[in-house]
Amino acid sequence: MDVAVEANDLRKTYDPAVTALDGLSLSVESATIFGLLGPNGAGKSTTVRVLSTLCRPDSGSARVAGIDVLAEPVRVRHAIGVVAQKHGADPEATGRENLVLGGEFYGITGRELRQRVAQALERFGLVDAADRKARTYSGGMQRRLDIAMGLLHRPQVLFLDEPTTGLDPEARVEMWREIERLAGEERMTILLTTHHLEEADRLASRLAIVDRGRVVAEGTPDQLKRELDGDTIQIELADPEVAGARVALGRVAGVDDVQLDGRTLRARAHDGSAAIPAVLAALGAHGVTATSVTLARPSLDDVYLRHAGRAFRTPKTELVEVAA
Amino acid sequence: MTALRQTWQVALRGVRVFVRNPAYLGMALMQPIIWLLLFGALFKAVTQIPGFDGSYIDFLTPGIVVMLAVSSAGWTGMAFIEDIQSGVMDRMLVAPVWRGALNAGSVVYAVLTIVIQTVVIVLLALALGADYVGGVGGVLVLILVAALLGAAFASLSNAIAVLARQREALIGAVTFALLPLTFLSTALMQQSLVPGWIGTVAKFNPVNWAVEAGRSAAMQEIDWGLVAGRVGLLAGLALVCAMLATRAFSAYQRSL
Repeated sequence: MDVAVEANDLRKTYDPAVTALDGLSLSVESATIFGLLGPNGAGKSTTVRVLSTLCRPDSGSARVAGIDVLAEPVRVRHAIGVVAQKHGADPEATGRENLVLGGEFYGITGRELRQRVAQALERFGLVDAADRKARTYSGGMQRRLDIAMGLLHRPQVLFLDEPTTGLDPEARVEMWREIERLAGEERMTILLTTHHLEEADRLASRLAIVDRGRVVAEGTPDQLKRELDGDTIQIELADPEVAGARVALGRVAGVDDVQLDGRTLRARAHDGSAAIPAVLAALGAHGVTATSVTLARPSLDDVYLRHAGRAFRTPKTELVEVAA
Repeated sequence: MTALRQTWQVALRGVRVFVRNPAYLGMALMQPIIWLLLFGALFKAVTQIPGFDGSYIDFLTPGIVVMLAVSSAGWTGMAFIEDIQSGVMDRMLVAPVWRGALNAGSVVYAVLTIVIQTVVIVLLALALGADYVGGVGGVLVLILVAALLGAAFASLSNAIAVLARQREALIGAVTFALLPLTFLSTALMQQSLVPGWIGTVAKFNPVNWAVEAGRSAAMQEIDWGLVAGRVGLLAGLALVCAMLATRAFSAYQRSL
């Protein structure tokens, strides 16, 4: 496996005593999209800032494109593209001028630079707006300009810090396609931060859930989902509050966490599809009629809440509330 | 070569704003006119003080040139504060651009503005009857010292901006420094007429270095020794300030 980004035990504390990174480690395979998922303030942006040489950790080490980030930041800068959360374009300069400025900063000049700028404007649909001030761009256009600027020098590794925040749904989907294309056709390694579960699930081949400055879970989206043991079985009952329905379900082997909420009965099963016949039989034996049964695979939402989650709701609490 | 190109790209950012906003251009040109007329009218009577030699417009012109250079240069850092707040600064810093070029480019823009303003003052003073004894060469030296002093203060302004990152801090620093620097010099009053202690302090005041060199070159029989010495001091100061400002970017990154 070719590792494009590697972070080992990164730690960083801000005054006064705010721990931004608390032993964060991660490893990103070359030509893949890696998602850093976590709530605001979890340390995602600080991780990107450290890996992109903007700031230094208090301790720990990192390599990007095989280069030591702390020892040779300038070489790392040549190898990376960064699209930060905030817009990086000069609002008073036109799109074209911003691209030229960026290119010169990477030592690209002359005809080569003009060609690349023209290509970038074409590719990101900014030809018509090329000679307008960036200030006048819509949110989606500004984002596209940011990404065009981040790609002009053809980096090996691209950091995207919440690339679709503030975009309308249409622009977001368009951005997703572009990101997929970069990793697919151009074999670029992309480290993406997001608190958008759908985005992480769709784009990232591997995910790390970050909370309070450390990685609390890592794997492919499917692995992480599997980690939440079992499926959710949801049964709609013909009559509300049928006595014994809960008890009956609780006795079925492999089913637990049974909750009754009005007409809706919820339970968790290790293997949901295998448990359904037994569940229906048990309900039938107690004279309970089910109108519908649904089986849900755990979503990334559940994984996120469980690992990052101050917001994680325990089923037990809900049960008590319902019973009372 | 790359460093020069990058410096020019950074300077262009300022030049564009200046050229594309007629209001900025107008203000930058009006300011020298107002200053010269205002100070000229206000201090006209000083020529009547016994011991004052010559015409006041001759005396005042280099003082106004230098004062305006300090004032214009002082606000240079504002652009970087905006860049820091908008995210443009962080984007520039993750690029392998030479940090010196970030400061130097901004200084080049500041100096261009100062040169234009100086030319406006020189021409207006000429219309008001100023006698440039030093001729075109003398005026060029006046422009040079204004540019060097402006470069030093532009770098200082950038350093303060990048370290403090707040408009209020820069506004405070500029307003705090401008008047003492001007009044602790011979910008507005002849050396022989200021209290002795001010004369002593003025020896260490870069504003006074520029005033003396500019006045000697443009308005009097040029004292080459004095001019060379002061120009050397100003060039050294501009260099030291530029190094300080360049290092401020590392300090900024360490604070992130």
